[in-house]
Amino acid sequence: MQLTSPDFPRNAAHALHDAALQRALGNLKAGFPGKRAAAVARLPEFEALRDLGRDLKNHIIEHLDYYLEQFEASVQRQGGQVHWARDAEEARAIILGICQRAGAKTVTKGKSMVSEEIGLNEHLAAHGIEPIETDLGEYIIQLRGEHPSHIIAPAIHVNLDQVSDAFHQHHQQYGKHERQTEPRALMNEAREILRDKFLRADVGITGANFCIAETGQTVIVTNEGNGDLTQLLPRVHIAITSIEKVVPTLEDAATFIRLLARSATGQEISVYTTFSAGGRRAEDLDGPEEFHVVLLDNGRSQMVGGEQQDMLRCIRCSACMNHCPVYGAIGGHAYGWVYPGPMGSVLTPQLVGIEHAAHLPNASTFCGRCESVCPVRIPLPRLLRNWRAREFERHLTPQGYRFGLRAWAWLTRRPALYCGLTRLGARLLRWLGGRSRRIRSLPLAGGWSAWRDMPAPQGRTFQALWAERQRAAGMEGKR
Amino acid sequence: MSGSRELILGNIRKGLRRGALSGDALADCAERLAAPRPNLIPARAAALDHAGQLALFVQMASEAAALVHRVEAAAEVPALVAGIVDAAALPRQLVCAPAAAIAGLDWQGAGLQAQARAARQGDRVSVTPAFAGIAETGTLMLLSGAHSPTSLNFLPDLHIVVLSATRVLASYEEAFALWRRESAGEVPRTINLITGPSRSADIEQKLQMGAHGPIQLHIVLLGA
Repeated sequence: MQLTSPDFPRNAAHALHDAALQRALGNLKAGFPGKRAAAVARLPEFEALRDLGRDLKNHIIEHLDYYLEQFEASVQRQGGQVHWARDAEEARAIILGICQRAGAKTVTKGKSMVSEEIGLNEHLAAHGIEPIETDLGEYIIQLRGEHPSHIIAPAIHVNLDQVSDAFHQHHQQYGKHERQTEPRALMNEAREILRDKFLRADVGITGANFCIAETGQTVIVTNEGNGDLTQLLPRVHIAITSIEKVVPTLEDAATFIRLLARSATGQEISVYTTFSAGGRRAEDLDGPEEFHVVLLDNGRSQMVGGEQQDMLRCIRCSACMNHCPVYGAIGGHAYGWVYPGPMGSVLTPQLVGIEHAAHLPNASTFCGRCESVCPVRIPLPRLLRNWRAREFERHLTPQGYRFGLRAWAWLTRRPALYCGLTRLGARLLRWLGGRSRRIRSLPLAGGWSAWRDMPAPQGRTFQALWAERQRAAGMEGKR
Repeated sequence: MSGSRELILGNIRKGLRRGALSGDALADCAERLAAPRPNLIPARAAALDHAGQLALFVQMASEAAALVHRVEAAAEVPALVAGIVDAAALPRQLVCAPAAAIAGLDWQGAGLQAQARAARQGDRVSVTPAFAGIAETGTLMLLSGAHSPTSLNFLPDLHIVVLSATRVLASYEEAFALWRRESAGEVPRTINLITGPSRSADIEQKLQMGAHGPIQLHIVLLGA
């Protein structure tokens, strides 16, 4: 997909003034955080499970090569094939090759962010193969010519009347001429049309939330059942996933299953958790004949042992973005690539290069809500700060900003001068505030004060107040 | 491409500052795979006796919008199913899993026309066996095979699952362990964990049942 992360400031400003988007984001904020909190409150072991999830993922990353090899051997034992892809281009070529050998004309797809990451749909379409998204949200945005704005609720930015419009326009060809306006009726219409697509598809492509080294199974988690119909009915099933999704055993998968849905939608468990291994057995009455797993790297193996390694723990639950005030204000598209929100602001610079995505790690106040809800305790603010440091080192920050930071660093290393200047500054600002105690415009910060007044300080510095308190406490101690 | 495989594994090992895993670390990981052990299992179900687990299973499955029915004996199942089919105002036809415990029931005696096969477009009602039930979340565990084709779990509008009460267990881990004991390492093409009927909230975050899979999920608890 088109990378627009370099335009983040403009994207964000646009999003803030988009009334339809703001209404849709209201649904998100009213929904996910409360549901997660209720689910967490019901499970006393949840915090212990988060510790376990973190430790388990760290163990996996430290032995990632071993578990990947074991997973590959297990898949082969079940009659499936594993394909390793170093980058998006290779993954696209592998999948196109499998589809072409199967003589595929249409491909149904379960929801997969990795397939978004590699730009699979555009690639298949360019080679005459029609990709059909089957997750209801993905289907809606595919009709609208958009990309997901959220990793588990891809159409969160779309309103009901926009869904009505999209279906009314695109479903005429199936003889659906009446414009539906109720969610129930819209979903039934999509169910009917997609049912036919499931039955006709030549290849089904899903993602995988987990790959189990012990058994060679890939695991998908859905509420709709679309992923199951996608992988069950066509002659070929391809699961596209990334290398960090491997887990040792079914028991380890169970631990992450307990964390995933609760963190995401606040469900105890998703409706369908499906473990797939190999193709149809000799005696089976249904199921695909071929089973392929494509393991994508795309820069992840280089994160192992590096300062951003903790990001490899991510299980893609979306809790970080659901609780992020920045995501909640601008939605996912403003971030300009596949993965939005805090996890996206860490991952995108890694996958597309910090030079194209330097705005993202700066779009955070480091309030820490993301880290406080992450099921595998990824220190997201720290990882964002790492990117800011890399950005500074590589001279990607603007000159004025760099000069300001350097001047600040120089000043803070001279305590006497710092105290003197800040004492003066506090008095000056108090004087500027006048009677109203508000400062209407600030030199060098016109952009900030154009939108709001700055409350004037009361005239003394924190250090002066602190010293005074210490003195008072000392006297009290002596008494 | 094998070049990419070696490149990826090489990058990982470079990051970890070691070669291929060896010695004690290798033995530990191999042991983890050879003899899987449960991690933390919540007390919610594990701390209950079997009657408590059964009650929890019914409660959690009902919360997930599954409809739970209880019968004493398998012979009562066809009449119960006939009632479910009538209540949904559907024709008295169904597809059922070829498993003897299901296909061998006296469907005709209850006035139902049953065919034992995989599901096809247009099938409205299916009846399948469950391998186990998981009390912690009211989840069904179903295994694919000639005895129980997976399409029966997803294509029909109304999915009826017969579960023996003795096979309601506390946790996912207990169900996995039971499967390992009974399967002798044979991995089926598909293991389904199913908790309630299909649903979606993709239109304005409003939950609707019956997105792509069954609109109704009925669980028949046998010998309860």
